[in-house]
Amino acid sequence: EVDLEERLHELDLRSDSDIPDVPPPTDSTPEILKRALSGLSARWKNWWIRGILSLAMISGFFLIIYMGSFMLMLLVLSIQVKCYHEIITIGYRVYHSYDLPWFRSLSWYFLLCVNYFFYGETVADYFATFVQRREQLQFLIRYHRFISFALYLTGFCMFVLSLVKKHYRLQFYMFAWTHVTLLITVTQSHLVIQNLFEGMIWFLVPISSVICNDITAYIFGFFFGRTPLIKLSPKKTWEGFIGGFFSTVVFGFISSYFLAQHQYFVCPVEYNSETNRFVTECEPSELFQMKKYSVPPLLQAVLGWETVNMYPFQMHSFALSTFASLIGPFGGFFASGFKRAFKIKDFADTIPGHGGIMDRFDCQYLMATFVHVYITSFIRGPNPSKLLKQLLILQPEQQLSVYKTLKSHLVEKGILQPSLRG
Amino acid sequence: LQESESENKLDGETASDSESKSDFGGSSPVPTSDDTPEVLNRALSNLSSRWKNWWVRGILTLAMITFFFIIIYLGPIVLMTIVMCVQIKCFHEIITIGYNVYHSYDLPWFRTLSWYFLLCVNYFFYGETVTDYFFTLVQREEPLRILSKYHRFISFALYLAGFCMFVLSLVKKHYRLQFYMFGWTHVTLLIVVTQSHLIIHNLFEGMIWFIVPISCVICNDIMAYMFGFFFGRTPLIKLSPKKTWEGFIGGFFSTVLFGLLLSYVMAGYRYFTCPVEFNNDTNSFTVDCEPSELFQLQEYNIPVVLQSVLGWKTVRMYPFQIHSIALSTFASLIGPFGGFFASGFKRAFKIKDFASTIPGHGGIMDRFDCQYLMATFVNVYIASFIRGPNPSKLIQQFLTLRPDQQLHIFNTLKAHLVDRGVLGSLEDA
Repeated sequence: EVDLEERLHELDLRSDSDIPDVPPPTDSTPEILKRALSGLSARWKNWWIRGILSLAMISGFFLIIYMGSFMLMLLVLSIQVKCYHEIITIGYRVYHSYDLPWFRSLSWYFLLCVNYFFYGETVADYFATFVQRREQLQFLIRYHRFISFALYLTGFCMFVLSLVKKHYRLQFYMFAWTHVTLLITVTQSHLVIQNLFEGMIWFLVPISSVICNDITAYIFGFFFGRTPLIKLSPKKTWEGFIGGFFSTVVFGFISSYFLAQHQYFVCPVEYNSETNRFVTECEPSELFQMKKYSVPPLLQAVLGWETVNMYPFQMHSFALSTFASLIGPFGGFFASGFKRAFKIKDFADTIPGHGGIMDRFDCQYLMATFVHVYITSFIRGPNPSKLLKQLLILQPEQQLSVYKTLKSHLVEKGILQPSLRG
Repeated sequence: LQESESENKLDGETASDSESKSDFGGSSPVPTSDDTPEVLNRALSNLSSRWKNWWVRGILTLAMITFFFIIIYLGPIVLMTIVMCVQIKCFHEIITIGYNVYHSYDLPWFRTLSWYFLLCVNYFFYGETVTDYFFTLVQREEPLRILSKYHRFISFALYLAGFCMFVLSLVKKHYRLQFYMFGWTHVTLLIVVTQSHLIIHNLFEGMIWFIVPISCVICNDIMAYMFGFFFGRTPLIKLSPKKTWEGFIGGFFSTVLFGLLLSYVMAGYRYFTCPVEFNNDTNSFTVDCEPSELFQLQEYNIPVVLQSVLGWKTVRMYPFQIHSIALSTFASLIGPFGGFFASGFKRAFKIKDFASTIPGHGGIMDRFDCQYLMATFVNVYIASFIRGPNPSKLIQQFLTLRPDQQLHIFNTLKAHLVDRGVLGSLEDA
């Protein structure tokens, strides 16, 4: 069964770089827009289409925020699935691998597995009371990792069994492509949802900062742009980059100021098992209570104030906006490089004038992870209810020893009075 | 050890060796040099190629197993160092294959970036593990405490630096190659580094959780080969034509038996069954504890079916031996899929072996391909069925909470303990 030709040909995959051009995506602008704008020149027409769609997307975003956390989570999930689909489709086109046996089913199966694993780990914590009531769910939760691993293994074994002699390399490429895509899209989307549970403001401010940076960098570049920023994206300029940075920081301050006043945005999202709904009601933490800050002498001369009333959260928004403006664009450059590498214009043609969903979300890649890492490092510690749940699973002897350690710690810190009644 | 086609078909070599040989043929991008030591070459010069190969493999196998025993004797720290070295070598082997296949030695920055990412991911994982197990040590030293408190942030910043360097290093002509190598590096990290850290977690649980799984996989390899050699007739899978059903099934039963026997012997020693702990006073690792009930002999009733076969009514076994059945079963039934995956990979990229590190066997990856999934399985198994969460880690998390949260948890725990009768209601425990 040895293929003579395969045997003698030295394996040199540099030829993998010579891909045929992928056909440009079709123009999916709706007819109605086309007729309305038929009078304008091509440049302005494009501008108008992009502008209208931008407004449409932003309005849609506001609408969903109004509808609540659950809708937001559904939105995040749909976006994740669509992004995954877009990247996988590019893989299929690039490798002409539509005919690979099983591969489409396997890709979707792996997406399902990884989502099941992540949702089980995170969401289960938040629905603790809901889960406690139902026996079957308790079983699923207790052995969650094992079940997820078993599901993944099944997919892995199916992949191995599906290997076909002529297509080994293609199949391995697609396997790796699937896994890297899962790593990028699914992890980010779950971090976004965890940020959301922390408080909608942790979801809204980062995403808006990235969008704002996109738009203002484009506008500054359009009007003042002169010095190119990076060879990879010739349209980007230093003027746009710096102008975008300052605008985004200011925007972050202002939007945080407004959002910090409403409990709807500031409170952690909780699941109320009695009403079976998500609620955002709480005593706002000190992050969201006005404080007086002394203005540094440098700025005193500029602003004319000696102190200013700000929310502590606004200081954090400064960090978030800075990241969105300085490092966020690297996600965009990465996506540009990827598109050039695989000779595609856009990830897909889902949104007229803008390309695919991935095109809109490329700068958000790193933002979600950054926000999550930021929150766990600087804002809150671990989730108390998760901690409690783990404590209750321990063996009684372990619980007792933990209890003693905790008690001595609390007494030491004066949080607990060392009396006989505890 | 360049052998002719016909000899390949007659030789009873293990599958991972010969299928890739049979379609590799004349020229190869990664020629594996014959690095059998001169001594061996001379000693075996009289035998035919077939037996010479057998002897070389045999001697090296014994050498590796002896080495394994020696490092077990030397203790947990040496074991961890060895795991780390194996991890680095595996990473190096797979990345080198990528370079060879894509002729990408000239890609700017890429070698540096690959090693940098390896360092980052290892820093992240070791930081997470070390913080848990060395908790008191870390709390004492100020710089360590800060590093551990902001560990995730620091790791993420380090990774980001690498990511940005990658983006800045993109060169117009080589975009696609660079993305390939980036993807290759990340998948390799995912496979190699995560497995090695799960192994170390298993090791901390008790050396028995490290030794029994690895030995079961090795035993299955060897037994399946022997059974296949003597009784093999029905091919198992097209991917590895030398594997047979007889070898597979024979290997399965032998491995289960081997697992039971090995567990029985090891469960009697604290050195193997106790969790590895870091002793703050002596600043060294100790394995000293009261063996858990997993490692205390119990009477089991033999199912009626086996009573007639064995002639006993009850048997004294360690509960751990029951778990070892699960471990051996996984090693025999699913472990080989890791081997098939590696075979498929080698055929896909037209390589004979991952590298030529071990004479007669190939690279380190060739020896560890079946271990891929085993480490993850053992870790998931332990987390799901054996132990719960780590108490010291929980205490550590507790200390980072706000006072009101701490009080709430403390009171809930107290109520729970009183409820269970573990704590008297008017306590001063």
